[in-house]
Amino acid sequence: MIEFRSVTKEFPDGTLAVDDFSLTVPSHRTTVLVGSSGSGKTTLLRMINRMVDPTSGTIEIDGVSVASLEPVKLRRSIGYVMQNSGLLPHRTVVDNVATVPLLRGVPRRTARADALRLLDTVGLDRAIADRYPSQLSGGQQQRVGVARGLAVDPNILLMDEPFGAVDPIVRAELQQELIRLQHELGKTVVFVTHDIDEAFLLGDQIAILREGGRIAQLGTPAEILANPADDFVASFVGADRGKRALHVESQDGSDVLVDSDGRPAGVLVGQRSGAGPSGGARSDVPHIVPTEGPPR
Amino acid sequence: MNYFTDAVAWLLDPAHYPGPTGIPARLGEQLLFTVVTLVLASVIAIPVGFLIGHTGRGRGIAVATSGGLRAIPTLGLLTLVALWIGIGLGAPYVALTVLAIPPILAGAYTGFEAVNRATIDAARAVGMTELQIVRHVEIPLGLPLLIGGLRSATLQVVATATLAAYVADFGLGRFLFAGLKTNDYAQMLGGSILVILLALVLEGLFAGLQKLVVPRGVAVGRPPVDRKASTRRRPGMEPAITKGI
Amino acid sequence: MTWLWSNLDLVWLRTLDHIVLSLPPILLSFVFALPLGWLANRYRPTRGAILSIAGLFYAIPSLPLLFILPVIIGTSLRSPANLIAALTLYGLALMVRVVADGLASVDPDVRQSATAVGFSAWSRFWLVELPLAGPVLLAGVRVVAVSTVSLATVGAVIGAKSLGSLFTDGFQRGIQVEIITGIVATVLLALVLDGAVVLLGRVLMPWTRRTRRIRPAPAAVLGPMPVVRSVA
Repeated sequence: MIEFRSVTKEFPDGTLAVDDFSLTVPSHRTTVLVGSSGSGKTTLLRMINRMVDPTSGTIEIDGVSVASLEPVKLRRSIGYVMQNSGLLPHRTVVDNVATVPLLRGVPRRTARADALRLLDTVGLDRAIADRYPSQLSGGQQQRVGVARGLAVDPNILLMDEPFGAVDPIVRAELQQELIRLQHELGKTVVFVTHDIDEAFLLGDQIAILREGGRIAQLGTPAEILANPADDFVASFVGADRGKRALHVESQDGSDVLVDSDGRPAGVLVGQRSGAGPSGGARSDVPHIVPTEGPPR
Repeated sequence: MNYFTDAVAWLLDPAHYPGPTGIPARLGEQLLFTVVTLVLASVIAIPVGFLIGHTGRGRGIAVATSGGLRAIPTLGLLTLVALWIGIGLGAPYVALTVLAIPPILAGAYTGFEAVNRATIDAARAVGMTELQIVRHVEIPLGLPLLIGGLRSATLQVVATATLAAYVADFGLGRFLFAGLKTNDYAQMLGGSILVILLALVLEGLFAGLQKLVVPRGVAVGRPPVDRKASTRRRPGMEPAITKGI
Repeated sequence: MTWLWSNLDLVWLRTLDHIVLSLPPILLSFVFALPLGWLANRYRPTRGAILSIAGLFYAIPSLPLLFILPVIIGTSLRSPANLIAALTLYGLALMVRVVADGLASVDPDVRQSATAVGFSAWSRFWLVELPLAGPVLLAGVRVVAVSTVSLATVGAVIGAKSLGSLFTDGFQRGIQVEIITGIVATVLLALVLDGAVVLLGRVLMPWTRRTRRIRPAPAAVLGPMPVVRSVA
């Protein structure tokens, strides 16, 4: 569990990136910080592994303040994946993945063997192990980045817009891959993005941020969609328009969900007239079967 | 009459080889002088350059200093120092070490600055210490530019060492000045050819070395498109080169 | 210091000599570098050849070059022409690379849009590529100016009169002030010429004044360029 307690960060140039931010990030879940640029989301992420130190307030990991930990040691215990992979261009894929274990003193052979296994884990062919990053596609580079993040088997994985620089099709692939991985590994993931669709897709808990790291709304995707806290959130998630503003239309006896452009988004299945589906956070959202349409 | 034939004849004359004023001895002096000067300058310039490159501090001063030194005429520095500490090798050593520092310094820090910021950021984020970042990331990736700086410095020192024969009795430059004094054009030209050959050989060696030290991963693929834009500052147009004498 | 006051006229004369020696190489190297740099940038094979040769010339130490040039081009060893030729070669060796790099730095989109709106290759070079490469060229000319002024002093050891004569004379007669005066005067002259080049750049490239700090968007640079109007 990661806890932000009244965290404030003012940069030397006077920018107030984060103002009195508090949040609990539950273990083994994916928490997404979503907001546009200037919302302080990356600053928040980087405060967890002390790439940035807060001006005031504390951040605790399982009850231990990160300020009391040595930054280098802390970073080696946390996985970090960033937008442009950040791989070392002069080292091969397998050496990149093994970077941190080698720094920690793991014997070379063990580290390489582990790294090769990690390539399998992230869905990469071992044949690319001896290539250099510049010889890989953007999607492959990001997978290597994820593998490096997992190399020390961290409990926490920080992801800073990891799929922001790849094309939409590859991005969708990588997102599915992350969902699968998270299903297997159950890490505590903190994920930063400006893409609300990505947030809804990946997040168990979502914090929508306004300027200065103020939380506009915190909740599950369903909670946020069902009850946007204010106009800002409603407009940010697009609840008032497009694919999110669905309404029911009857079509040959079954109920079809139609978006605001009049395009069908799916059909409503299950007990519509009954007492409502049994509990759970998502109970107030109808179960939608998507129609085949353009990928969103 | 053909000056070049005379020069070649002078070069091939066995009488010009033996003894402390023969061609091999003079060549040896010039080479030794060049190496010692480069080592002295490197010992000072490389650590300072790495520090500037890694921290980004002191860059303004370094740029201004090397810019200013480019404007200072080497001959002036050489003769001035010679007046201070007397005729002999002392003055050339001091003057040329001073002149060799800026290109090496610039090579060291521009090499670091040319490393993609995101790469360094990532190295830090995965838990490298500052020293490890310098050792495993910045030095290997910045090495080609450092070698480039050493290359400029070498050219300058070899060239100016020739000029230094004006204030000290050493090196290939003696042939030029001796020939000038006695209007012995064959000797002047022969000495000139030797110096030029030496400079070109060193230039070739460094060119090869510079290719050799480009890390494989960087040499193999095309660098990312935005590489230049994402470096801290554009190394841009301030060649580390200062034309040597 | 008394030396300086009683020899002000000598310093002034040597300064004039020095200007006569340094200005032609700066101008000539720029003029010669344009076609060569263009050629180097235009075709891949010529690029390697031209830039390698330029690099080799740059590697030749100046004193030996001063001795060899007379044999090759027939100048007299101690004449100003000999020194000017040598300095031009060095300036050229540096500027060719600068011109090639500067032309290569022109945004390909801008180049293509210039072709698309109907520039001929010739007018595109003069009206689009050259002005846009201007800032890079300017930086190169500044380096050439400063190093030429500094390098011109070398001629003194073979008897070509310049501010460098103050070094050889001061060294032989043991007058420190004379050498220091020479150094200061050389540096000042370099700074003045450097400043003049910068000023000239501002006059010739008014669009770089405002957009210097902001990254100039290609369109913004192309837009206010006065020459475009006369063509379009």
